[in-house]
Amino acid sequence: MSTQGAELMYTYAVARAGCRPPDGLLGVADAPVETVVEGALTALVSRVPAADFDEEALRAHLEDMAWLERTARAHRSVVDTAAAEFCVLPLRLVTVHRDVRGVRQVLAQRAEEFLSALVSLDGRMEWGVKAYVEDPGTAKPSVPASGSSRQAPADGSGRDFLRRRLAHRQAQEQSQRRADELAAAAHEALDKFAERSRLHRPQDPRLSGAGGRNVLNGAYLIPREQAGAFAGLVGELADRSPGVRIELTGPWAPYSFTQAPQPPDAGGDAGRGGAG
Amino acid sequence: MSSQVPSPYGSSNGGANLADILERVLDKGVVIAGDIRINLLDIELLTIKLRLIVASVERAEEMGIDWWRDDPSLSSGARRRELARENERLRERIAALEEQEPREEIT
Repeated sequence: MSTQGAELMYTYAVARAGCRPPDGLLGVADAPVETVVEGALTALVSRVPAADFDEEALRAHLEDMAWLERTARAHRSVVDTAAAEFCVLPLRLVTVHRDVRGVRQVLAQRAEEFLSALVSLDGRMEWGVKAYVEDPGTAKPSVPASGSSRQAPADGSGRDFLRRRLAHRQAQEQSQRRADELAAAAHEALDKFAERSRLHRPQDPRLSGAGGRNVLNGAYLIPREQAGAFAGLVGELADRSPGVRIELTGPWAPYSFTQAPQPPDAGGDAGRGGAG
Repeated sequence: MSSQVPSPYGSSNGGANLADILERVLDKGVVIAGDIRINLLDIELLTIKLRLIVASVERAEEMGIDWWRDDPSLSSGARRRELARENERLRERIAALEEQEPREEIT
């Protein structure tokens, strides 16, 4: 409850020394964003109340979806606002140090790694592309689809009912396969255009609120000057993929590309979007 | 592009929904062991919600993860017990159904 309690350093991102966030930028807990410089690097930080960001408090807060959302949005807003001005290396949510010294120590210890990552990301932005296929549940089934409540056969024999049901299921599976193939083809085209790409796991519609099944959730690293061409390609793919809804998000700071590039055949992330 | 279905977690900037943001800030980006050692995956309840982001839809459903939005006020321990009971009930129901019906009857 004390207003003048101890403070901790919340760290958002790392950039080259000399980079300054826009004036008046506010971050988590509405705290102003400052910089901590060490050698060739600078960290974007905020002084936050220890009462909310020490280990015990974080543990409790992270259980609270509303707090998590507020904090995640604030973190993202700082990182992406800065990324629009200069190259940043985004850090994971709730990276907290006791004081400036702790922040400087990390910058010194990992200077080489951070600098080489910044070089590989300079002048590039991340874009997200998601593809959805209409939820088969909303397609018109020839028989009542089985939801949580089981349906008894309305008429005809039980065998007819099962046969129709099987046919419907097979048609659904076929359309899902088609959607997966379209999504894979879209990813291939985007991957070719992008400098690097990562496949993320499909999102759960209950969290994303998006309709349909998420068959592609990809991240693509694109040079700034090619953003327009990339968006054009996404639009083209959308036109070429009937039955699949394609969405573009971004530009993002390069969250998905903070690690060194993987060997070409490693295929980025573990999750193959929707396949399997 | 196409419009999104509005939702409590709907988009508020550039078509990015909360799932997009959480996916990036929780799961991607540079990991620094700060002085405050919070392992995000230690958080019991959060872990379960995060599976909505990091597990595929099918996997999440397999794990029976759809109850959290129904009663977000439950404590995580209570939820976990509830979930175990629910899974048990589901398994019993499926077993009973399998005895009655050919396999493709079960979705």
